[in-house]
Amino acid sequence: MSTIDVTVPVAGSPAAGIVRTKHRLGERLVILSLAASAGLSIAVTVGIVASLVQPSVSFFREVRLGEFLLGTTWAPLFTPPSFGVVPIVVGSLLITGIATLVAVPLGLGAAVYLSEYADQRVRKVVKPALELLEGIPTVVYGYFAVSFVGPYVQRWWPLGDTPGVFSALAAGLVMGIMIIPTMGSLSEDALRAVPIDLRRGGYALGARRYEVATRVTVPAALSGIVAAFVLSVSRAIGETMIVFIAAGNTPNLTFNPGEAVQTMTAFIAQAGTGDLPQGSIGYKTIFAVGSLLFVMTFVMNMLSNRVVARYREVYD
Amino acid sequence: MTDALTQPPRVGAGAGATTGGSVASVREPDAVSGAVSSVPVPTDVVFELRDLAVYYGDVAAVEGVDLDVPARRITALIGPSGCGKSTLLRCLNRMNDLVDGARVTGRLAYYGLDLYDPRVDPVEVRRRIGMVFQKPNPFPKSIYDNIAFGPRVNGVRRNLDDIVEKALTDAALWDEVKDKLRSSAFALSGGQQQRLCIARCLAVEPDVILMDEPCSALDPIATSRIEDLMVELRERYTIVIVTHNMQQAARVSDYTAFITTDVRDGGSRVGHLVEFDATEKLFTNPSDPRTEGYITGRFG
Repeated sequence: MSTIDVTVPVAGSPAAGIVRTKHRLGERLVILSLAASAGLSIAVTVGIVASLVQPSVSFFREVRLGEFLLGTTWAPLFTPPSFGVVPIVVGSLLITGIATLVAVPLGLGAAVYLSEYADQRVRKVVKPALELLEGIPTVVYGYFAVSFVGPYVQRWWPLGDTPGVFSALAAGLVMGIMIIPTMGSLSEDALRAVPIDLRRGGYALGARRYEVATRVTVPAALSGIVAAFVLSVSRAIGETMIVFIAAGNTPNLTFNPGEAVQTMTAFIAQAGTGDLPQGSIGYKTIFAVGSLLFVMTFVMNMLSNRVVARYREVYD
Repeated sequence: MTDALTQPPRVGAGAGATTGGSVASVREPDAVSGAVSSVPVPTDVVFELRDLAVYYGDVAAVEGVDLDVPARRITALIGPSGCGKSTLLRCLNRMNDLVDGARVTGRLAYYGLDLYDPRVDPVEVRRRIGMVFQKPNPFPKSIYDNIAFGPRVNGVRRNLDDIVEKALTDAALWDEVKDKLRSSAFALSGGQQQRLCIARCLAVEPDVILMDEPCSALDPIATSRIEDLMVELRERYTIVIVTHNMQQAARVSDYTAFITTDVRDGGSRVGHLVEFDATEKLFTNPSDPRTEGYITGRFG
């Protein structure tokens, strides 16, 4: 092979100019700043988790784990204090359960309607309208629950004692409305991502529209729908304002949706807005509850990933 | 290109080394019917198209089609890309209903019954007139559930095992998949997937099978297996196939319709039927110079 100095292409040659003469500093800066953005968000997440650990560990030096997880009386700020977290865990699960019962059928129904039935013009109006619900501040939902839904719950309550204005049911129903857009919009995205050829295959076999929807499209989109469900439930468990305002803030161990309850998030908000001295047991309780909340959502995410990996229908 | 003008039609010459083998295999004496050389005899008319036109919105895709599709024969629709042959095919089982803004005018009769009569249930139409698509589109389910889908949505609950076995046998796939009926259809090769789609179609016991370029995503060996299968199915089913591949039309079909596009005054392109005849006649002695031009490779 003959040696040619490639850095000096013959003038006028098509190869002229392809050799890099100076380092492109700008490009490196771009890559660096993008990597920094990604890194920062991870670092912040890790930082938040780390900040939960120290006060939580300190909390469990004073309160036994068993007492915390199994105790059924939640009165950490009273004297004598009691640290049984079960009532507020049940409160969170009860309200999340009610919200899920509202949001899953309505959200999924809306998603199936929009992706399988509605024509272009309808979808162009309805989908943004649905997503608009997502933009409503949760404090507005909270007062909607107290001033509008609560009285109806009182009026139509079918069993036994009439509930107060503050109830798990009122808060749960409104929280359900709040997460419909999450459930609906993400499910619709998942359904729309199913290749049109699969639907055609169903129609060509004499399937009706709802059969194509229920037996072809929804099963094929299941992993996306489950992801929408998980995100919706996570939002519900983590939601604070609605339950703070509308659920009654009473750490009451009950499965009766007509009663006032307190959720984990509402406890954190309530305790956090009081004047607890830093380092006191009440202060540490906030972090312990926060850690438990984090572990619960984390476990739920992991479980649902398992479920999805097992049941999803892979196309392409 | 200019050489092609002076040469005999490519199809007769069996052009293309890769597909040449399957031409030979279809013409083998033990092949089921020798579709190419048999002279078609007049039979029942399944579809009767009169002045048929399809519009997307205000734009005509294909216009003025008069065509009689015979029963238990293979009818091929050939023509250049965008001439409207797939559009025409999708009219035959009302799949165009699923396209926003699609509209059909003229008459399309199925055994004398107007398919576009408002009282006609398109779902019932598609049960009788099945379809196989260009790209194999198995459902993301098991092989078994793919085949059982059609019978299930049509209310069949009993003897599904037998139906599945029969459909897979008829589609020449049973021996390859009988031990893995519960595994995903996506584990199959492209050619097997397409035969699965044919089996899925057979499981609802249709009268007609429409095939929209069923081999265009397959390699030559898989293509030749599908072609053999089509020739076998022709005994019992009426088949209409859209194909880009003229050799394929010549190999498997009994009748061929040549469709091409006209450029109208406004610059819009509209497909229309140029010639419809027995395949052998159309490929060896076309009556329209445009057909001859197309099959000899002068355009398209």
